[in-house]
Amino acid sequence: MAAGFGGGVWYGDAHASTSKAGAVPTTYPFRGEHQAGIVTPAQDRLHFAAFDITTRSRAQLVALLEAWTTAAERMTQGLPAGRVGPTEGAPLVPPDDTGEAIGLSPGGLTITFGFGPGMFRDQKGRDRFGLADRQPDALRDLPHFSGDQLDPARSRGDLCVQACSEDPQVAVHAIRNLARIGFGTVAVRWSQLGFGRTSTTSTSQATPRNLFGFKDGTLNVKAEEVAALEKHVWVGAEDDQAWLAGGSYLAARRINMHIEIWDRQGLLPQEQIIGRTKGTGAPLSGGTEFTPLNLTEKGSNGPLIPVDSHVSVVSSERNRGVRMLRRGYNFVDGSNALGGLDAGLFFIAYVRDPRTHFIPLQATMASNDAMMEYLQFTSSAIFAVPPGMKPGEHVGQALFERP
Amino acid sequence: MRSVLPVAALVAVPLLAACTSNTTDPGTAAGAGGPITVTASDESCDLSAASAPAGNLTFDVTNNGSKVTEFYLYSADGKRIVGEVENIGPGLQGKLIVTAGRGSYETSCRPGMAGRGIRADFTVTEPAGGKKGPSEDAVLISRAQNRYRVWVQKQADVLVARTKQFVTAYRSGKDARARALYPVARTPWEAIETVAESFGDLDPKTDAREADLTQGQKWTGWHRIEKDLWPQRAKSYRPLTMKQRAFYADDLLRNVTTVRNRIRSLTFTTDQIANGSSGLMEEVATGKVTGEEEYWSHTDLWDFAANVKGAKVAFEDVKPILDKRDPALAKTLTHRFAQIDHLLAQHRDGTGYVLYTELSKAQIKRLADAVNALSEPLSHLTAAVLP
Repeated sequence: MAAGFGGGVWYGDAHASTSKAGAVPTTYPFRGEHQAGIVTPAQDRLHFAAFDITTRSRAQLVALLEAWTTAAERMTQGLPAGRVGPTEGAPLVPPDDTGEAIGLSPGGLTITFGFGPGMFRDQKGRDRFGLADRQPDALRDLPHFSGDQLDPARSRGDLCVQACSEDPQVAVHAIRNLARIGFGTVAVRWSQLGFGRTSTTSTSQATPRNLFGFKDGTLNVKAEEVAALEKHVWVGAEDDQAWLAGGSYLAARRINMHIEIWDRQGLLPQEQIIGRTKGTGAPLSGGTEFTPLNLTEKGSNGPLIPVDSHVSVVSSERNRGVRMLRRGYNFVDGSNALGGLDAGLFFIAYVRDPRTHFIPLQATMASNDAMMEYLQFTSSAIFAVPPGMKPGEHVGQALFERP
Repeated sequence: MRSVLPVAALVAVPLLAACTSNTTDPGTAAGAGGPITVTASDESCDLSAASAPAGNLTFDVTNNGSKVTEFYLYSADGKRIVGEVENIGPGLQGKLIVTAGRGSYETSCRPGMAGRGIRADFTVTEPAGGKKGPSEDAVLISRAQNRYRVWVQKQADVLVARTKQFVTAYRSGKDARARALYPVARTPWEAIETVAESFGDLDPKTDAREADLTQGQKWTGWHRIEKDLWPQRAKSYRPLTMKQRAFYADDLLRNVTTVRNRIRSLTFTTDQIANGSSGLMEEVATGKVTGEEEYWSHTDLWDFAANVKGAKVAFEDVKPILDKRDPALAKTLTHRFAQIDHLLAQHRDGTGYVLYTELSKAQIKRLADAVNALSEPLSHLTAAVLP
């Protein structure tokens, strides 16, 4: 699927998809039915950026999406961002690739683009680029949830780019070069680094741990669950906007954890807040990590998995069968003014419709989940993620084409 | 702090419902003989030893059966529960740490949590060095529980009286007086906050901050009135009418009175008192030292001091028990409470405290450091005073 780059090998090896047998692939195809970076086995590092569109020109916006698509495709295949290269250009010209990824493997780099509500309408509801009639009904700013302490400066965004790689420097390199290409058309609104994936998007991966020390994402929708993906993750052709068919919605929430306070809770209270054992991740109803939750199995004081435990509150059983594909990352942004870790989970979920698959779950979590006492939501954003691209197409091309 | 005093306290559900380990510091709990493993199935209950020397005994229970099980240590007559660990799901483990003196006992696994269970005799022998295990001191425990109950009730009475004064000033338009009374009225609330907020139906109506609301939820209570009295930070704020004032004032007084009435029927277990102490310090750490609680009035230090006061009272109530069980922890906590009191005293202003906005960054950091210094050892209090 990778489009042909004649001279290919630059850093890493663009032709071999894995560096050694059984290891994590160094490159994934950029083009396909869906954008990469959603069901792709979650890489370990993230750099996520949200942008404001600063131009009023639709043509300029389309030109940016073309340029971003080209550069993103190159970088994911192990090539420099620009055609010249970091050291190959004229002496007095700034290089068209910033160079910090020279010699590094792409580490399975994926670059995934999303469009926020602000690309369609401005804050006053006015059509920005003649796209207002193509704004999906589900693409609206997320409502305020109980406990939200959002920082407006790192919430929302007209566009987003999610760069994931096994190598943090490669992910940063990708965002940095795309931001550079975007100057004058878009401006970075906020960005977030994540280390340590907190979800598993493939059955081939072991379940990682979040900063509470618990396994996270055990029941995530996995790449291998094709029917579940159709039902819960991919926007269908029959949904309201045809240009988004095969795409998804991305909900991003920066969740600060009260780390120091959590650490003072007894092991058993911790397990009862989560609903799983800390060691193996088995549900408190018994078994091993992947044993299904038994929410009704009674102990001496009500269900073994407490009704207000996290796994119970957000379970598909108690939420009309709804599931989401989570792709979050642990983050530590140093320490805050009081000496506490400025840390938590940068939550990313891909869902077919936020109105059914995200907002109700976030609302029930905000009001019923025992874990909320240790959480503070500091950023919130929603994006429509266009489907994958055919050769020669730019991201979101169908949105800009009149039928 | 999980379920510090849940509404369930009214029906006397043990605080740590599942897999409770019933005693002291796990660090000293292994006992002279090391942990005893208990392998439970639906039909059997196998212990790695049928006896152990007196002191702290640890039973590591593994449930290999298909039913939920529990494990008990009974007195020799098989009637009095010495220790128990409940709610061990199939395939999971539980741990019972219990203090036992020399004598005869019975053990029991109860697959399916029904019936007499699978029983066996268990003997506790003379301790290795002839040293006696710590004795239960029922007198100390019941004294602590009574004292705390009386104190909480007293605070609740003061709360109602002061709230009445506050809302009277507010609804009659005496704003300066209302502003002066606001932090004073909230002081008894904050001193018993972990109890007061345990009523899940009332807490959102009385103490919700604007950010806590869900869409469509009507904002009432302390902080609604706070914003109306200190609207300076609000953008294009429309003051409440006298009629609206009367509504919010009456609503707050009614809810606070209900809290007081409910508190009258509450009793407290030792672990609830200890959890209340650490829970109050968590309130300080998440809301007060950050200046988030009193967003409009900036009277956070009043709340801070009241939380610390409540935490200290709870600690001092159980301290006689702690003095016997873990004197080193008692000494550390006494010292750390004194340190934080000393620090707070530096910010006194008349009968109250300076505003949060008058604190320098360095002063706030010192307060936060003191909160951490106290809260970390305080998190060991509950396990140390459990019966």
